[in-house]
Amino acid sequence: MGWLPEAASTFADSIDGIFYLILAITGVIFVGVEAVLLWFAVKYRHREGRKAYHTHGNIRVEVVWTALPAVLVVLIGVLSIRPWLHIRSPDSIPPEAYAVDMTAKQFEWNASYVGPDGAMGTDDDVTQRNQLHIPVGRPVVVMLRSEDVIHSFFLPEFRVKQDAVPGMETAVWFQATRTGEFNLACAELCGTGHTRMGGRVIVYSADDFDAWLLAEGAGPPLGARLASSTDQP
Amino acid sequence: MATTLTEHAPHADAHHHELSFVRKYIFSEDHKIIGIQFLFMSLFFLLVGGLLAAIMRWQLAYPTDAANPLPGGGLFPETMVNNGIILPEFYNSAVTMHGTIMIFFAIMPLLVGVFANYLIPLQIGAPDMAFPKLNMASFWTAFPAGLIMLAGFFVEGGHSSAGWTQYAPLSADPEWTGVYAGQRLWLISMIILGFASLMGAVNYITTVINMRAPGMTWFRIPLPTWALFITAILILLAIPVLTGALIMLLFDQTIGTTFFASATGGEPLLWQHMFWFFGHPEVYILILPGMGFVSEIIAAGSRKPIFGYAAMVLAIIAIAFIGWLVWGHHMFQSGMNPMLGMSFMVTTMIIAVPSAIKVFNWLGTMWRGDLHFHTPMLHAVAFVAMFVIGGLSGVFVASTPVDIFLHDTYFVVAHIHYVLFGGSLFAIFGAITFWYPKMFGRMMNSTLGKIHFWLTLIFFNLVFFPMHNLGIAGMMRRIYDFTQYEYLAPFQGLQLFISWSAFVLIGAQFIFAFNFLYSLFRGEKAPQNPWHANSLEWTAAPSPPPHGNFAHTPTVYRGPYEYSHPDTPGDYWPQNEPGPAAPAPEPVYAE
Repeated sequence: MGWLPEAASTFADSIDGIFYLILAITGVIFVGVEAVLLWFAVKYRHREGRKAYHTHGNIRVEVVWTALPAVLVVLIGVLSIRPWLHIRSPDSIPPEAYAVDMTAKQFEWNASYVGPDGAMGTDDDVTQRNQLHIPVGRPVVVMLRSEDVIHSFFLPEFRVKQDAVPGMETAVWFQATRTGEFNLACAELCGTGHTRMGGRVIVYSADDFDAWLLAEGAGPPLGARLASSTDQP
Repeated sequence: MATTLTEHAPHADAHHHELSFVRKYIFSEDHKIIGIQFLFMSLFFLLVGGLLAAIMRWQLAYPTDAANPLPGGGLFPETMVNNGIILPEFYNSAVTMHGTIMIFFAIMPLLVGVFANYLIPLQIGAPDMAFPKLNMASFWTAFPAGLIMLAGFFVEGGHSSAGWTQYAPLSADPEWTGVYAGQRLWLISMIILGFASLMGAVNYITTVINMRAPGMTWFRIPLPTWALFITAILILLAIPVLTGALIMLLFDQTIGTTFFASATGGEPLLWQHMFWFFGHPEVYILILPGMGFVSEIIAAGSRKPIFGYAAMVLAIIAIAFIGWLVWGHHMFQSGMNPMLGMSFMVTTMIIAVPSAIKVFNWLGTMWRGDLHFHTPMLHAVAFVAMFVIGGLSGVFVASTPVDIFLHDTYFVVAHIHYVLFGGSLFAIFGAITFWYPKMFGRMMNSTLGKIHFWLTLIFFNLVFFPMHNLGIAGMMRRIYDFTQYEYLAPFQGLQLFISWSAFVLIGAQFIFAFNFLYSLFRGEKAPQNPWHANSLEWTAAPSPPPHGNFAHTPTVYRGPYEYSHPDTPGDYWPQNEPGPAAPAPEPVYAE
């Protein structure tokens, strides 16, 4: 049976935590309501001579069963706010995050890494299709765009999903917690080839990532970039 | 006509004997015939939508598997099914058209076109709708819209494949899907259908406000009519937004405007805002009437007054009102400002409260009742059981962080089907079996009804419950071949299981179809009031009621749910039976 994919990003703790909290709360309500429903269905089924009890309601119990769900859903809402802002607020993106440009189009993901000149958007950028290479343990920010229709950038193990909307640039940040290969999927119906718009995320240790950058002819090693970004205020 | 009128002046139905077949059954102005016309049309579309689901399920059971060709695949042109393999173009069309047809041409007309037309005048004691000709025009506008929608399957390039939500720019430019005529027919059909809905809505609202029988005060109106009245207001306000958006999209498609195309200054998210500003009220258009039917059936089946009638009415109104403030929860991952997402999350959480009130009040209605589990009651109780699941799964996707993961996965597919099938469609089956004797003067077969019910309940759950798991595992919805993804390939066994359960589920619906058609001719003759219910359609009109409904305008003395009242000998007390008004409600803290 399906369950949450094994987590690989720092967001998983809070997202999975709320998921399990909601599962517990709704699970108890589900079992309780269905049990009462079944119990009533059996206990009060028609028998010869039974007469139903005539009542139009009871304000006291109605107030209770209005207030209780209200408290629970407000609780869930309040607990959701902090992780949501941590993940999505532009202010939450760590300034030292390693930036990758990601341009979606029918039916591929093109990831661009800064070239040796250290500036994004220049001729020496390195672009690779359907692969996203990132370092472990460092925040990464993906600048998401689309050339044609809406796609959705989905990293199941990272608990990341963000639509790529043509005409918009959306920053998505996350931080990998382990090295290895993970899935990149398109989650928004984008045309005939939607089904094959998948890719891989390859997470390296810091040293391996620098080695990969070097091998691909991409930008300055990560260690150097971090040092230079902390030098400047 | 003048002589006829003088001869039969007291009778509202005086002139109906003279109607020709065409005026009586085809271009009819009788709200009951129009309701039945919608019934046949929408049951046909329910079948079409089900077959489209079967095509999708075949592909998901045997993804691109030449060893298991689609049965009957040879009937399709090679641009749809090639050597028994469903092509991705056709799969995307099937996804799109299953959603479109089920929502707009099956569930919505079944709930509103059928029952708002059939029930409202009968339940409020009116001879017909306020505007009978407009009512006729409503059906005869919906009908060509349906034909145009069907025509889309037969044009070159196939039918629309941009999803029932028609997200721009995918839907705005044929370049992205390869669908030309089909996409335009989709838009034209939907625009026309919108006008049919508006004509109906104006009629229902006017009728409920102006044509209630003497004594039918607002708080004596049966809950189906309350729900349909509020639904009609939602339709009146929501459909024009959709129609406006559709016209803009049609212009983008045909005359080169760029409302939704970003390359030339348009805004793709504008479509989503307009679509969901209509689309979320639409969700409540699709559930509120069902809640009304279920309330009626559970009260009559339990022989008890509705627990908290006023709370039920207020909950309907609250859901309808808050329903306008939640549309952004469909757009949490769209790139919309996260602060906006946060406020939509709060309103979405709040709308769970009136839904919970309704569930608890249904349980309260059954409590210490005398439960008669006839077929309509089984469907109504199943509605409550399934709606609980659909409501609770909604809490997961309402939480913005959890929605990041679950958005656009099978979890959402499971959620929508627990609400629209487990909810709305069970309510529809309950309502059809409940009001069938009134509509056609015959009972549906109870044994066949119960076999259909149990098969549907069991296989519905076998189909849709595991979809929660697929979603939690991260399987995207609307994926033609999930085995292309390494992490999803292991779910082929579960998909196969779901598909075969779906085939049984679809097959079981033919039992209902047979029962429906067989009982039209061979069903047991129905008495006027087979369920011993209180409302006027049962207590003041024969089965089926004649044109004009009531021989004399009924007078209403009490609310519709006075079952098992201690002051009456039987266990029901018709709304129109003269006698003392019901005593004041018992003291509030009686329990």
